[in-house]
Formats: sequence, structure tokens, C-alpha cells
Amino acid sequence: MPVSERMVLNVGPQHPSTHGVLRLVVELEGETILRITPHIGYLHRAIEKLCETKTYLQCIPLTDRLDYLAPLSNNLGFVLAVEKLFGLTVPRRAQYLRVIMAELTRISSHLIWLGTHAMDIGAITMFLYTFREREATYDLFDLAHGARMNVSYMRVGGLARDVPEDFVKRLRAFVRELPERIDEYETLLTKNRIWLNRTRGVGVLSASDAIALGVSGPNLRASGVAWDMRKACPYSAYDEFNFNIPTGANGDVYDRYLVRLTEMRESARIIEQALDALPEGPIAIEDAKIVFPPRDLLSKDMESLIHHFMLVAEGFSPPEGECYVSIEAPKGELGFYVVSDGGPRPYRVKVRAPSFVNLQAISKMAEGRLIADLVAIIGSIDIVLGEIDR
Amino acid sequence: MSNGLLAIEKIKERFGESTVVETKDAHNEITIVVSRDAILDVAGFLRDEPSLQYNFLSDICGVDWPGRTERFEVVYNLYSMKYGSRLRLKARLPEKDPALPSVTDVWPTANWHEREAFDLYGIEFTGHPDLRRILNPDDFEGFPYRKDFPIR
Repeated sequence: MPVSERMVLNVGPQHPSTHGVLRLVVELEGETILRITPHIGYLHRAIEKLCETKTYLQCIPLTDRLDYLAPLSNNLGFVLAVEKLFGLTVPRRAQYLRVIMAELTRISSHLIWLGTHAMDIGAITMFLYTFREREATYDLFDLAHGARMNVSYMRVGGLARDVPEDFVKRLRAFVRELPERIDEYETLLTKNRIWLNRTRGVGVLSASDAIALGVSGPNLRASGVAWDMRKACPYSAYDEFNFNIPTGANGDVYDRYLVRLTEMRESARIIEQALDALPEGPIAIEDAKIVFPPRDLLSKDMESLIHHFMLVAEGFSPPEGECYVSIEAPKGELGFYVVSDGGPRPYRVKVRAPSFVNLQAISKMAEGRLIADLVAIIGSIDIVLGEIDR
Repeated sequence: MSNGLLAIEKIKERFGESTVVETKDAHNEITIVVSRDAILDVAGFLRDEPSLQYNFLSDICGVDWPGRTERFEVVYNLYSMKYGSRLRLKARLPEKDPALPSVTDVWPTANWHEREAFDLYGIEFTGHPDLRRILNPDDFEGFPYRKDFPIR
């Protein structure tokens, strides 16, 4: 076959490097990529439509299943949107715990990304190391929420429950240790010649292309744009913490790697500050029409029992209106556009999923590169099909 | 004056009062509803006007309001990195002819968002380079996020 002959190559949807059920149709000339057409939707569960049939409370477990590697970020985005419709402010302890959980989620999500991304490129050892720490984060989630993955921990008005006593101690030990662990990862990769050859100058995305394509999160910052929702429009007390927004210069796979690695260090810093200053007090607002009464009151207090029953049977109804709230999820700008018609179920929920938008940039990143670079590029975008397909 | 309010004034000044169908200011979020024929011009203006610069399109989505004379709403959530300001742009479409110009030339990211609104609500974006279903298979019948689409 002559080298210049064009070929169409199908990748996925069942392929280990596509991180789920992603299908790419790759047009090649020889080994050079001309164009990539992604085909998505294999994991479409119509979560947004399902939300319209459920009470706001019942929507929270559905949000877990968007980006299932960062369920707490999804919880947070959704409850912030509903709280905005109500005009609620949650107690400071809840705000701080939300920050702690969101940052621990970022660490957890980035660890999975690093392990799988490095494994895709051939550095299999990384996977074993990052999954050791990732397991520690899941133990912490289990301790605080009673679940490892689909945690459904946040509630409109606060949190489902306070954290147990040894959670703070164990989390502190974890974030103290984490920077050393990241140093270890770096000794394996950051100056590794094979790693540099596979990632430097590969999958370059310019800042202007990134913005035009709506790319956000670490992918955008690796292209040199210091835009982070935690700084740009702080929510949940983020303005009370000191942290940096790491950026890259070249917008290649290597810069995306460095940005995420540094972000984990920054997240550990935020968690330490939040633990140091963790306020005492309630973890939810006092409004029996929105927040469940304490469990032990149900057998003693008639009114609590009625409130509990009403919340389960009918839920609560935010005032008529609409709002768009976005947070900095591990993958980028996670937005919730929620429309209420004044009833107990959302009229419309639209999830602005960062992976969905970021994936659109794949063709731009891969054009003109060799087919062998494709796996590195897919991994570097850090997609989760759960939120792409919703 | 917030940038959102400024946007309302600037659009009125540039395109005339009649272009702006409705405005709303709630939860510190500004919403501007414009006539659908003007959407492409208004989009380009919002991006390029130096005092506004809504350079980042976060999201586009459809909303179905059966019973209203203009049944469908297309909602654009914009952000200006320069001014750190958000804005919601909307256009309303009648059930019989749910079509409006595509904004992919203004914000290339609109491509997949518009395909999704087409897939789920059947909204036609004229001038879109590749208007196909995106989440559902090509041979899927109907538009599943419309309120009259059966849930099971």
C-alpha cells in the first residue's frame, strides 16, 4: 500500500485507551492523523430528563453518576444551584466541609487520571502507585459518607451528616503525606526521557483555540490561561483560602500533566488550611421544610416525623425562576442550569459537563500528529463518559 | 453598572429596542431575550464589543414550554473572561418552525451544544456545519427531551 493512501480507522467504543465507551473515527494519511470524528452517546441515560421526574432530593444521587470519578463536585454544583434559587446560605462548617470534599475529590480524580494516562503510554508502574493513594481517598470518603463512589453526601441547605471524629485526623495525615508521594511520581515521570518524548510538543492546543472551543479546567490552564472558577467567581468560601492556579506555557500533553500534578499539591494545601480553620457549628441550615430532621428525633417528636414524611413524599419547592451556577470541577467548568416552575420537581436541569466540551477539541489537538500520539492525547484530556453522555 | 446591564443597553443602542424582547435581572444574573433572527448578529456583537467581550460560551441548551405561543427556548450561557461577568442570552421559537441561525461561527464550541439541542429538542440550527444527532443513534425517532415525549 502506498504511504500516501488515505485510511479510515475506527477506535472504540470498546478499547482500553478510550477510558470508557468512546468511539473515534480517525482519518489517516499514512500514519498522520487528518481528522478525528468522535461518536458519543453510548452511556446516555437521559439523566437531565430523569431529573424532571424526581424531587430535588432524588436528583442528588443522579448527579453522582455524571462524572463518577468526582461525585462530590457534581453534588456541590447541583445543590449550589438549588440553593441559589432559594436564596440560601449554608453554615460555615458546611461550606468548609464542602471545600474539603471537593478538593479531596480533585485529588482522587487526578490520581486516577495520572495512573491510567501513564499506563496508556506504557508506564504501568504509575498505576500501582497512584491507585495506592486513590484507595486512601476512597477510604476517607467511605469513612465520611458511608460510600466509596456514589456518595450523595451534599444536601440542599448543607450536608447529609457531619464527619466522624477520626476523619479530620486521618485526612490530615493523608494530605501531609501526599506531597511526598507526588514527588515520587515525579521521579518516575517528570524527567523521564521516554515520557518527555511521548508528551512534549504532542497534542498542542493554543490559548485562543482553547477558548474558542470552550475548553476549561486543567486543559485550558495548560494552554496558559489562568482561569479557574474558584478564583474567578468564588463559591463556598473559596475566597478564604490561599492557593495558586498553575498554568502551562505550551498547551501540550506534558503541560497538562504538570498542571494536574501541581493542582494536587494546591488541593492538599487548601485542605490543610480548611482543616486548620474548620469552624464548629451546624452542618445544615435550620429549616425543617428543606432539611431532614435528625434521625433520633423521628421516634420522639411528632412534628419531626411529619416534616420527614413530607420531605420524602413531596419534597420542597424552590421559587419559580432559573439560575446558572458553575464550579471548578476536576475536569473543568461544571455548570448547572436549573429552571424551577415553583413545583417540587425541577422543570429543566442542564448539566454543562466539562468533559463533553473538552472532548470537542480532540481533533484540533491531534491533527497532523502520528496515530501513535492519539492514545497520549486522549488520556491527556481526562474525559469521563458518564458526564459526556449524561 | 454591571456588565450584564451594560449589554442590554448596548444591544438596544446597536440593534434597536425591538430586537430585545424581554430582559430579566434575578439572582444577580442578567437574562436577555432577543428575537431569533437577530441571534447571530447579537452573538457576534457580544463577543466583539470591547466593553463586553463575552468570549467564552459555556453552554447552549433547549427548554420546552408546551402551551406557550413560542414553545421552545434556546438558552446561551456566556462568560466574559476580561470582565468576569456572566450573561444569559435567549431566543424563543414557535413549535411549527423551531429554527434559528447557528452561532458556530462566533463560538466554535457551539457545534456540539447545538447538535445536542437538535438531538433532544428537534431545534434546527441553520448554517450549522454538521447538524446530526449526538447522544442518540441516527435512526432514533422523536425528540426525547420534549415534554410530550413519554418517559417510559
